[in-house]
This record gives sequence, structure tokens and C-alpha cells, in this order.
Amino acid sequence: MKAWLPSLLRLALVVLLIAFVTNPGWFEPLLKPLTENNAPAIYNQGSLLTLTLLHLRTVLIATVAATIVAVALAILVTRPAGAEFLPLSRSLVNIGQTFPPVAVLALAVPAVGFGEKPTLIALFLYGLLPIFENALTGLTTLPGNVMEAARGAGMTGWQRLIKVELPLSAPIILGGIRLSVVISLATATIGSTVAAKTLGEVIIAGLLSNNLAFVLQGGLIVAALAVLIYDGLSAIERYTARRMGQETGE
Amino acid sequence: MIEIEGITKRYDATTVVDDVSMVIEPRTVCVIVGTSGSGKTTLLRMINRLVEPTAGVIKLDGNDNRSLPGYELRRSIGYAIQGHGLFPHRTVAQNIATVPVLLGWDKDRIKARVDELMTLYQLDPQAYGPRYPHELSGGQQQRVGVARALAAEPNVLLMDEPFGALDPIIRTKAQEDLLAIQKRFGTTIILVTHDMEEAVHMGDKIAVMDAGKLVQYAKPEEILARPASAFVETLVGASEKPFRLLSLGRVRDAVEKGTAEGEAIPGDASQRDALAELLWSGRPALPVKGDDGKPLGRVTVDGLVKRAARPA
Repeated sequence: MKAWLPSLLRLALVVLLIAFVTNPGWFEPLLKPLTENNAPAIYNQGSLLTLTLLHLRTVLIATVAATIVAVALAILVTRPAGAEFLPLSRSLVNIGQTFPPVAVLALAVPAVGFGEKPTLIALFLYGLLPIFENALTGLTTLPGNVMEAARGAGMTGWQRLIKVELPLSAPIILGGIRLSVVISLATATIGSTVAAKTLGEVIIAGLLSNNLAFVLQGGLIVAALAVLIYDGLSAIERYTARRMGQETGE
Repeated sequence: MIEIEGITKRYDATTVVDDVSMVIEPRTVCVIVGTSGSGKTTLLRMINRLVEPTAGVIKLDGNDNRSLPGYELRRSIGYAIQGHGLFPHRTVAQNIATVPVLLGWDKDRIKARVDELMTLYQLDPQAYGPRYPHELSGGQQQRVGVARALAAEPNVLLMDEPFGALDPIIRTKAQEDLLAIQKRFGTTIILVTHDMEEAVHMGDKIAVMDAGKLVQYAKPEEILARPASAFVETLVGASEKPFRLLSLGRVRDAVEKGTAEGEAIPGDASQRDALAELLWSGRPALPVKGDDGKPLGRVTVDGLVKRAARPA
């Protein structure tokens, strides 16, 4: 396969996605055959662009919060003083993952009301585990002689963390964030069951009115976003790994 | 001067270093040699307090090494380890500048020092400074590791098997470079190794450790001539002793009057090399030349063989 082909495919996908969310009308003839009884082929209860941006915003906020908490937790339990909290924090984060997001939504709504908030809570809890696990792996598998040299050079614990441990584990932590983002992108659609403004709204509207075109366009936009973001974060990860002097084997 | 007084390190029931006392004179090279598990690395790591002793005191120029916080103490002591431990995400220049940056030197002073050390270690600062460690050969990485340890002009340099990962040819060169730099800066070096050859070659004094105890601490000649125990004897290698003794002496010190045929050997070469050359070429004598190329005299097989005998 030619080296430029993947880049070309990515570019085509970006162009297609932007065209679709900004001018969905252009694609009406394509989706029309999927509708029945002269139903609309393009979502007409709100702008697709706005929904896409709100969807991304929800995922972004939840991921940033999950990253901060998960990385802070991983740092804490890999310090000598926090080592005894390692099993506890592991099980806490695991519970966050085993709880179905729908159940979190159901429990959160009475507490914080309908809208974006319960969705953020569900995504946050769901996103913690991959980031925490990866941060833990990164921080506990640092090369021993490099850490020895950092101590021997007279770095304080804080300096070792900032100057050596975090930069060297950055590629692995980024891998966790990437997984978390992709899970959140898909899971966020469920948030629309509790009135969060996400692309799930389009899918749910399609299911309620038996309109396959709505379901498909909602699903496709989410899928395209996931593929592109996964790809982009992978590239950043590879770049960081190279910067950290690690061979990626590619 | 480094005074180690009654240093003991215990982990639960096991005693790793057992009541070791020794004095290391300033501007000398002290080699600690022993088998693995003898406690030699632990002893070294207690000098810069990477390991805290269970009992005993270590004084650096008269000051207890616990009078400073550990990290400040370590910034004043050079530390080089096996497999160099270079920071893979930092350039060669940034690696060397590690301790000066921690000490808050200004930029110009750091750059001048980094350039000086790189030049000293035959690495062009322009070409190698911006590279990353994984772009260097093993020998170059090792040199950068030592340069990093020397960057903040420490009086004391601790080295834990610094040449362990190098192939024999690069290793000899690295040892020569280190001795040259030690002479230039007057650094006190404490080097840990399991290689008696390296110990005899590098050390002004050798400390032999066995099972946590300091078995013998003496000049190399003394260790070779009068090993304190059967363990030291084994470590020295009975069949190697005469050759190790010869390797300590320079050809210029064994010169006799007279002339000989053939290629001259430089006065700086070791007596062991001279004997090897004589035996290999089947000649009874070799001419010796000084640094300026002028003939100094000759060395003979008989003369060298006498020198290889056990000292009185």
C-alpha cells in the first residue's frame, strides 16, 4: 500500500464529516431511501453542528476531569507514602468501570437533575480506569538505572516526578487517555436519554419515530469522530514516545 | 578525605555491610572490589546516602554526611553507574547539565562547563550536544554518563561498575580517559568493580570486600604480594599474580643500560606489555624510547622476570 493512502483517507473523512455537519442538506438524496412515509431524511429538531460540538464538549470536560483525577491518584499511590492506598484506589476505580453508565445516569438524575450533569458524572467515572491503569503502569515500569541516576544527581522527589517520571511515562498515559476518549465518545450518546445535548439525541429521535436515516447519521458522525480522534491521539502518542527516546517498533 | 567509621547496614536479619572502617585519601582512586553480594555497592551508596546506614558515620572532609539534606549532599558528589542511566528524553547537553541546573548555575556558566567536558571527552559539542542518548554508541553514552557525574565539579566521584557494559577495547580506553581526567581535576574517585584486573589497573588503593566485611585495604602491590586471606588470594588469581604485578610498573622504571635491536617500546607502556612483546617475538631485549622518541636504554626478559617475582 502506498504511504500516502492512509493520510488521504483521513483527510477525506475529515472533509466528509465537516461537510455533513455543516451542510447536511447536501446528503439528503443519499439518506432519503432509508425513510418511510415521507419522513424527513435529515435531523430537523436542531443543528447537527451544534449537537456535534456539544457532544465533543461533554466528552472533553469529562476526559479532562478523569485525567486529572486518575493521574493524580496514580502519582499518589506510587509515592512511598501512598503505597498502602494502591489496592483501595484500584478497587474504587474498578467499581467506576463495572457500574453500567445507564445505571449511573439513573442514580445521578435524582441527585443532580436532568441534562448534562448526570452524563458528565457517568463519563467521568467510566473514563477513570483506563487512564489510571495506564498511568500506574507508566509510573511503575520506569527504567531502574534512570531513576537511580535521577536520585544520585540530587533531584528531590518532586523534581524526579516532574523532570523524569511524568515525561517518561507520558506516552503510556496518553494511551490511556486515548482509550478513555473513545469509550466516552460512544457512551455520551446514552446521555441523551436524560436530556443531555449530544448526538445521542439524533439516534434516539430516529428510534422513537422509526426513522433509520436519523439513527444512521447520528451513529456515523459519532463513529467518524471516534476514528479521527483515535488516529490523532495515536499520532501524538507516537511522537511523544519518540521524543522520550523510546523505540515504538514501527 | 573520606572517613568511613564503623559503617553497618542491616536489612532485617541480614547484614549487608558489617562494621567497615576505612580512610580514603583526597585526590586518589580507591577501588572497592568483591563478588556480587559482598556489599560493595551498598557501601558506595551509603557515601552519598542513597542508602542510609544502620550504624556508623561517614565523614567527608571532616563533616558528617548527614549534616546536609540527602539531595543537597548528592548534588555535591558525582555519581556514575553501570549502563550510564542517561535520561532518554533529554539531549546529551541537557543530560550533562543536570546537576548544574539543579544547583542554579547561570546559563553561560553551564554552557561553558558542558562544552569543556564534551571537548575533554572527544565529543564535538556542536554535533553531539543536541542529540539524544539513544543516537549514541555505547562508549559515547558511557562518556556522557561520566561527564554528567563530573559536571558540577565535585571533589568526590562515586562509580558503580561504570565500565561494566563496555566491550574490552572501549573499556581500556574509558579507563585511561578516567585516569587522565582524575589527574587533571584532582577528583577523589571511589570505584566499585568485580574485576581484579580493573582494580589493580585503576586503584591507588584497593579495598576487598567479602560477605559485608572489609577483608583487606591496601595498595595493589601489597594485595598482590600479601593477600590477607584465601578469599583475596582467589580473587587475585594465583596464576595471574606475576603478570598483574608487572602491569603496575612502567617500562621506564625497568630500563637497563645498553641497546637492543628492533622497534622501540615507549617508556609509558606497562612492564607486562613489554614482557609480552619480548616473549612473543622471542627476543632477549627491547629498546625503550622516551616521550620525545629518544632512546632510554633497553628492557630485558631477565630483568622483567626478576620484577615479576614476589616482593620481599
